[in-house]
Amino acid sequence: MNKREKERYLREYGMIKDETGHPFFPYTVYKDGIMACVVVGVIILMSILFGAELGPKADPTTTTYTPRPEWYFFFLFELLRVVKPPELVILATIGIPTICLILLILLPFIDRSAERHPLKRPVALVAGITTIGAMAYLTILGAVAGAPTEIELPVAAQYQEGKEVTASAGCLACHQFGENGNSGPGPALTNIGAKLPRQAIERTLLNPTAPMPSYQSLQTQDPEAFDQMVDFLASLK
Amino acid sequence: MAILPRLGRRPEAPPAESPDIPGVLKRGGNGEGPSGFDKEALKKGAAEVPISVAGWLEERLGQTPALKHTLFRRVPGHDWTYTLGFAVLIAFMSQAVTGVFLAMYYDPSPTQAYASAAFITNELFLGEFVRGMHRWGSTVMIVLIFLHMAQTFFYGAYKYPREMNWLIGVILVTLTLAMGLTGYLLPFDQRSFWATIVAVNLNGTGPIIGPYLGDFLRGGADFNAITISRFYAIHMLLIPGLMIALIGAHLYLVTKLGTTAPPWVKARKRRELAKEEI
Ligand code: HEC
Ligand code: HEM
Repeated sequence: MNKREKERYLREYGMIKDETGHPFFPYTVYKDGIMACVVVGVIILMSILFGAELGPKADPTTTTYTPRPEWYFFFLFELLRVVKPPELVILATIGIPTICLILLILLPFIDRSAERHPLKRPVALVAGITTIGAMAYLTILGAVAGAPTEIELPVAAQYQEGKEVTASAGCLACHQFGENGNSGPGPALTNIGAKLPRQAIERTLLNPTAPMPSYQSLQTQDPEAFDQMVDFLASLK
Repeated sequence: MAILPRLGRRPEAPPAESPDIPGVLKRGGNGEGPSGFDKEALKKGAAEVPISVAGWLEERLGQTPALKHTLFRRVPGHDWTYTLGFAVLIAFMSQAVTGVFLAMYYDPSPTQAYASAAFITNELFLGEFVRGMHRWGSTVMIVLIFLHMAQTFFYGAYKYPREMNWLIGVILVTLTLAMGLTGYLLPFDQRSFWATIVAVNLNGTGPIIGPYLGDFLRGGADFNAITISRFYAIHMLLIPGLMIALIGAHLYLVTKLGTTAPPWVKARKRRELAKEEI
């Protein structure tokens, strides 16, 4: 907006206020009051209907967990999954959110036209609707992508136990085994034994690259289960 | 301020010596008893409520320009989407109140966190209800803050002269999401624990400050005993403090600049104005 547009905006704003305006109290206060009752009412209702569940106590040595964020982070988590190549994972986790944040901060300085009517700002309108659509889509994807705990790959009997440990250890949230599990952010492990030797797999589990959590504590607490898991992984060829 | 002529007009006259009689007393209409249900009179009476309230308050508090500028300022005609900002504020206040009650019983130590959360949920009178309000309140607040953001975006409210309010708003969204992240760990059940580990690891992958941020959140290279009290301090002191300050600035700007009029509302006098400019 140039100086003239600014002045004109302020002048028209003043006129609109005189022509259609009301004193804040009680006109706006009354609307806001109704809205406040609705908000508090909805929160109370949701609390009564859905309660506050508390799962089993956190257990760092556990072999059953599902790293599932609160639903409003699904879109971020899903972004992680959509972007597959490991080199690009940083882009998904940090890059895209940071870029979005910077764009949001810069918005008032990018879009400086005087026009305010949404239908007369086609670029802003399309960008806004696209962003909302993309976030909604990713959130829904995240909501339906469950947290599976079963691996259906056929394995020799001696690896059966290792398979169960692995299935319940939460790897499926980030890795695919055959048909099971999510196809990201981690690579598929269907043939991991062919790609990595046993020690390398063990090293990965103890010292993984983020975002994969470390399973060091599983090894200290339950070395047998840990070894079974590594044996099972090494057998996948 | 046309309907409040008296409020702005006091010169330097010392109020203690010659207190103006507020409008409500001057009218003297109240002594005559009810005059039936006259709709017009009722309407007129309602229109004078702000004047008499202002008068009543001013008589007792003395000259209060702040009050005049906030409570009785003139705002353009609004649709209901303009209540969204206030709705976010209410959700935030609900989180603050329920959070205080939870803090009375919650113990942020790795050994006691889960037990205290379980005590609140299962034994404390209304404990689950308050915890539920806090949990679902976070969902409601996130939904409302995004709706509020969308409203200001589509209505072009981020434009001159309200750019600063948009900037403050963007920081507030980020902080609200950070509240969701740090609060999720506190009940210390399986879900929250593992989701938080992954989230913190993700933060740690960021360039330059990433590793430091991860270490800061965890209180060390690994998830350890002080991680939970870190999250607690961040969740209930650091971020809320920042948010309260920023919300204060946000609301100050809202009252100072006034809220926008919906973009399709045009001043009647605009035509004449346009002619004038040519
Ligand atoms: C939070 C998501 C996540 C979870 C949970 C997870 N991983 Fe990973 N994992 C990853 C990512 C991402 C990578 C790729 C890291 C890299 O780029 O080096 C990876 C890499 C690996 C690799 C190395 C793959 C290769 O080709 O180099 C192995 C082996 C592995 N994970 C095994 C497991 C096992 C076994 C579990 C369960 C006990 C598990 N992961 C749980 C995210 C995860
Ligand atoms: C804690 C969070 C927030 C609170 C409590 C809050 C509160 C409010 C209130 C009460 C108003 C005035 C009424 C209205 O127009 O709705 C307002 C206006 C505004 N808010 Fe927020 N807000 C918050 C977050 C945000 C965010 C995330 C943004 C955008 C990024 C934002 C941008 C704006 C703008 C631009 C206005 C001016 C609107 C206008 O003049 O029409 N706010 N806010």
